[in-house]
Amino acid sequence: MLLMTCKPDRATLKYRFCQWSVCGRAPFSSCSPKVCIVGAGPAGFYTAQHLIKSRQDVEVDIYERLPVPFGLVRFGVAPDHPEVKNVINTFTQTAQHSRCSFYGNVNVGTDVSVKELQQAYHAVVLSYGAEGNRRMGVPGEDLAGVHAAKDFVGWYNGLPDNRKLHPDLSCETAVILGQGNVALDVARILLSPMDMLKKTDITQPALDLLAESRIRRVLIVGRRGPMQIACTIKEVREMVNLPDTRPEMVAADFKGIAEAVKEVPRPRKRLTELLLKTALDVPTEKEQEKRSKASRVWGFRFFRSPVEVLPAPDLSRAAAIRLAVNRLEGSGEGASAVPTGEVEDVPCGLVISSIGYKSLPIDPLLPFDSRKAIVPNTMGRVQKTAGVYCSGWLKTGPTGVIGTTMNNSFDTARALLEDMDSGALDVSSAKPGSQGVTPLLEKRGVKPVEFSDWEKIDNEEIKRGVAMGKPREKLLSVDEMLHVART
Amino acid sequence: MAAAAAVRSSMGLTLTLSRVIPGCGTCHLYRLNSCVGGLAGASRTGQLHRFGTLTRHLHSTTGLNHSEEGSSNAEDPEDVVNVVYIDRSGQRIPVKAKVGDNVLYLAHRHGIELEGACEASLACSTCHVYVSSDHFNKLPEPDEREDDMLDMAPMLQENSRLGCQIILTPELEGIELTLPTVTRNFYVDGHVPKPH
Repeated sequence: MLLMTCKPDRATLKYRFCQWSVCGRAPFSSCSPKVCIVGAGPAGFYTAQHLIKSRQDVEVDIYERLPVPFGLVRFGVAPDHPEVKNVINTFTQTAQHSRCSFYGNVNVGTDVSVKELQQAYHAVVLSYGAEGNRRMGVPGEDLAGVHAAKDFVGWYNGLPDNRKLHPDLSCETAVILGQGNVALDVARILLSPMDMLKKTDITQPALDLLAESRIRRVLIVGRRGPMQIACTIKEVREMVNLPDTRPEMVAADFKGIAEAVKEVPRPRKRLTELLLKTALDVPTEKEQEKRSKASRVWGFRFFRSPVEVLPAPDLSRAAAIRLAVNRLEGSGEGASAVPTGEVEDVPCGLVISSIGYKSLPIDPLLPFDSRKAIVPNTMGRVQKTAGVYCSGWLKTGPTGVIGTTMNNSFDTARALLEDMDSGALDVSSAKPGSQGVTPLLEKRGVKPVEFSDWEKIDNEEIKRGVAMGKPREKLLSVDEMLHVART
Repeated sequence: MAAAAAVRSSMGLTLTLSRVIPGCGTCHLYRLNSCVGGLAGASRTGQLHRFGTLTRHLHSTTGLNHSEEGSSNAEDPEDVVNVVYIDRSGQRIPVKAKVGDNVLYLAHRHGIELEGACEASLACSTCHVYVSSDHFNKLPEPDEREDDMLDMAPMLQENSRLGCQIILTPELEGIELTLPTVTRNFYVDGHVPKPH
């Protein structure tokens, strides 16, 4: 009986060290606190990790809309940043823990409601991130040739919803609005040499299209100045060092910056100094040689906001972008961009708007702040909704790297644990957990994908990747994923 | 690059001598398919050091003549480096380590809550630690890439370093590594108050 409740370890066929032996209680008793997490990205996994580690009786179920886990680690992190994806190993450990279960292919909101989850679990943690994007809100935004960065990134990273994007890369100039790390990732993927990209897990259709790309110049445009740029130094360095490219900046954009940089905190200082050096310093001989031979150009443009995307004469697609010229009011992180009245038109055939992801509400019964596009909360406790928590970008807004999300998720887990300890969250009565949910799903014709099913998808992708000289070749449609999962 | 290579080779040495099987998923040797013998067959999940309480029990050091897991049988006292971790609640945890040990993986072996999300590849700042002032200057200068990652660590201080880049040497005897207390003062709109 006891052996039956322990999951056999895949690698060694030994029965995993069960919590029963540690705390002397029957495993998976109906009295153990049951938590469900909505979203299997970094926020979901780090919240689960902290809960499981902190209490020996908590059971965590993670529900995920797609058949595959890991969220933006799989679909957002750039293909040429594989080390950032190492965190998947940590998440895999969590998913394989005996007190954690993964249920993929379950859409919370349509397949099961949050209310039903609240009935089945002692606590629900919303960690489903930001699947929408902020629109520029300008005329011409919906012309062919204009894409949200989220969709462009989703396209080269194999997000099923974006597989039909088929961007037109036949123009010479691409303009990216926004200067965060996502914008820099897009620029770098557009300009990277093929022999670098072909060794990554970028999807083959994206690789094939990029191989035919005629884009030779990428401008990364921001509303404010060099000292307000939102990206981080690692990504700027990667652009500076990108083979076969040269930087093209506007020296006037850097007026007064060399003096202003002296008083700022270290991260801003180092980043600004790198920008100054790239824009203004006389290059070394080696750098000069690289620049003179480069076939591709990239540059930041500052103090510019989009006001209109201008169409080609036949009105079929984007041909230029009209930018308002700004001046800066104030200084430092809080400086604001004020239009001067001047405008400037930049001819281009590809416009990528990278001005922020945006969370969406999944259940009308839950509070949602549509101005900030987050679930209103205090320290991760959803306002006016006992037993419901949130972590990750849904909690604080769509900025921050994986490490930021990790701290954010640990904080939410701590709040939840505090509430269990204090009694604010009542865990004394038994709850059915997944046994209260899977019958509903079955009735509705929804078949969850378990973690071992994901492992089949994982192995298939790795196998296909070997044939292509890549770490993996991602399956691109939900149907294909489910097909492999069910075999 | 040299720093990363040194990290990898010290990791290999530490793992080979270790009696506790770490998570293979976290080890570069395993992922580079150059894992030494028996460790390759072990569970990929290596859950002991992440969730189990076992490793905690193994780290007691007071009164012991030999250091426990992470060392060979023939113990050379000159190889021992005494380290103190100060965890996020302020608790002091003394650890008997060896020359060549990596501060991040040493912490993992002793159940200390130091994350290493990118597994020592200088792609995150989750192993951020404060180094005792007596020892900070004895560390080799950080790689530019380490400085780039440190720039993203919350509560950055003058004596901040990434734990995965610190390899123990005899000069670091008595080093104290403090885990930054992650502030809970995150505002709803994501605004993080600037340290003052």
